[in-house]
Amino acid sequence: MNRPEKSKLYYPKMPAAWWLRKRSYFLFMIRELSSVFIALFLVVYLTQLYQLSGGSETYVAFARRLASPGWIIFHIAALLFAIYHSITWFQSTAVVMPIKVGEREVPRNVVTAVNVVVWIVLSLIIWLLFVALRG
Amino acid sequence: MKGKNIEPLWWGLFSAGGVIAAFLVPVHIILFGFAVPLGWISDTGALYRNWLVKLYLFVLIALPLYHWAHRFYFSLNDMRLGLPQRPLAILCYGAAVLGTILTAWVLLRI
Repeated sequence: MNRPEKSKLYYPKMPAAWWLRKRSYFLFMIRELSSVFIALFLVVYLTQLYQLSGGSETYVAFARRLASPGWIIFHIAALLFAIYHSITWFQSTAVVMPIKVGEREVPRNVVTAVNVVVWIVLSLIIWLLFVALRG
Repeated sequence: MKGKNIEPLWWGLFSAGGVIAAFLVPVHIILFGFAVPLGWISDTGALYRNWLVKLYLFVLIALPLYHWAHRFYFSLNDMRLGLPQRPLAILCYGAAVLGTILTAWVLLRI
């Protein structure tokens, strides 16, 4: 949140569209942008939960309205961004928090793969719990 | 406390939010963006009256907001749009704090 004073930093002159110049820069911005779609989804979800204060029917009616093409497109976009966040997050976790077994460091792609497996298993558990416990 | 001392707090919330978003958000998008609206699974919302579920939802919704605030603030800075840093930071992190309060309020109401 707080960086050193602006006058003390070296700022190379860069055009506002620098991130469109290279594939890796673009993917970096896409990764950062994924957080916007994740937050938007959560706001919609919270709005849906809020409908429950008006009773179960209001809640169900709200959920039905999300079946419109516009909302489906939004959720497809949100899901793609969210999956991109998950994968890039697991990749960076493997770099930031390397795991050692004895003296040897576990290869990064193995750490990423383990995270992906945990992610899929957790998602299945949540799905099954929801199906079993929902009203 | 000086402003700069709480930077690790924001970073910790960003990191925790990133973990929650990575592991838990995609399946919720599939459930509530597709499965429930399209009628694959029916849901009356009765589950959300459970306190453990409420606690889970609070973590699920609130933490990724700090993840958003952090990334959005820094990417707007990196985009060099010439936006003033301090008001932008207050706006981003403030929105996350507001979102946290709103989430708690909604979960207590339902």
